Amino acid sequence: METKKELTVSAIENGTVIDHIPTTALFQVIHILGLENYKEEVLIGNNLDSKKIDHKGIIKIKNKHFSKEEISRIALVAPYATIINIENYSVVDKFQTEVPEHIERFVKCANPKCITNAEAVPTKFDVVDKENLKLKCHYCEKFTTKETLTFIR
Amino acid sequence: MSNLKGRNLISITDFSKEEYIQVLDIAEGFEKNPKQKILSDKVIATLFFEPSTRTRLSFESAANQLGARIIGFSDPGGTSVQKGESLHDTIVMVSSYSDLIVMRNPKEGSSRYASEVATVPVINAGDGANQHPTQCMLDLYSIRKTQGTLENLNIACVGDLKYGRTVHSLVQAMCNFNATFHLVSPEELKLPSSVKMSIKDAGLKYYQYTDIRDIVPVADIIYMTRVQRERFPDPMEYERVKDSCILTASMLKGCKDTMRVLHPLPRVNEITVDVDSTPYAYYFRQAQNGVYVRQALMAAILGVK
Repeated sequence: METKKELTVSAIENGTVIDHIPTTALFQVIHILGLENYKEEVLIGNNLDSKKIDHKGIIKIKNKHFSKEEISRIALVAPYATIINIENYSVVDKFQTEVPEHIERFVKCANPKCITNAEAVPTKFDVVDKENLKLKCHYCEKFTTKETLTFIR
Repeated sequence: MSNLKGRNLISITDFSKEEYIQVLDIAEGFEKNPKQKILSDKVIATLFFEPSTRTRLSFESAANQLGARIIGFSDPGGTSVQKGESLHDTIVMVSSYSDLIVMRNPKEGSSRYASEVATVPVINAGDGANQHPTQCMLDLYSIRKTQGTLENLNIACVGDLKYGRTVHSLVQAMCNFNATFHLVSPEELKLPSSVKMSIKDAGLKYYQYTDIRDIVPVADIIYMTRVQRERFPDPMEYERVKDSCILTASMLKGCKDTMRVLHPLPRVNEITVDVDSTPYAYYFRQAQNGVYVRQALMAAILGVK
């Protein structure tokens, strides 16, 4: 218990804390953000007790702030995760991830016959169901879902 | 003059209800007088990346009757496409040679993409299993022609309702006109839930059946489609259900006098030939209507109607 407490509260001087990640999505978030190759300090915790969700994952990344697009990517696998931006040990910004209305470029269309999988066409989707994650391809009009979601890196 | 000048037609949802009606009205004029040389200064490109008989000939006949010149290909063999040219580059090039592009391509979404790349309007003549809006427009034309209206009709759709894109588009379009839908298919080939949702969202009703005879007395239109053997993983299953979706002349006893049978063609065996000589058969005339509807679309998009 002591260790857990220390991990969740240990502060970073500058960087980002991603909190309230569903435990099943933690490793996906790491992969999406490419943290496997990040050279600075990264603290990762999983299956931690949470007041907000049953159990949670948390990631603290030193000296790194994320773009809007990177946050959108996280939102697709970890909706309602909390993003906390830290500068000089203080919280400068704190917000929840939210699945956007439109997604461009970073998700692959699940339809193998779609033109975006045949030619160098940037993908575009309308999010038709944020809760269950259902994306409608702007081109082939087929759906990509949580089960068929793949990111373009 | 319509407000469709310069527009693309990629998906059936690209046009409003009023715009469909506008096109049907223009098509009626062409049915009365199909040979008008109003596009004699236009070049229309017909790019068929996969073979098609009816759709291509219908577009080319429509363009020819209006005096337009046609460039293009009926299969990509022997063209730069076979050498590996991208769709992007082909479309950019053809845009500079023509006033309008009509395209069929097996890749789903290819027409939408072409319309974003092209500097001239694009009409989708079929993009794989996705959309084939001009088929839907000619179906609407045929329904209005035979029933005198598009409003408040009982539309029966029979056959492969799961994979048949013409049925999906027709159902979506008819949701604008207060239709009641009667859906006849084998259990395995029922209408997808997303299309049923469009019916519900429009506040309309649908009923599902497995025997074609159940819908004959109520239908204003029986829209037949082909049940393809290859859709069934188990050939025995196909044998069991295949006859449930075959329409014969004797089944039509008790139908409304004004009822008409439609089919996007090609037919295989789902409408027996004895239906052809009944007053209810309309499918060949339906294909002919495709020429007038395509004339209307090309003329409206090119801004001469």
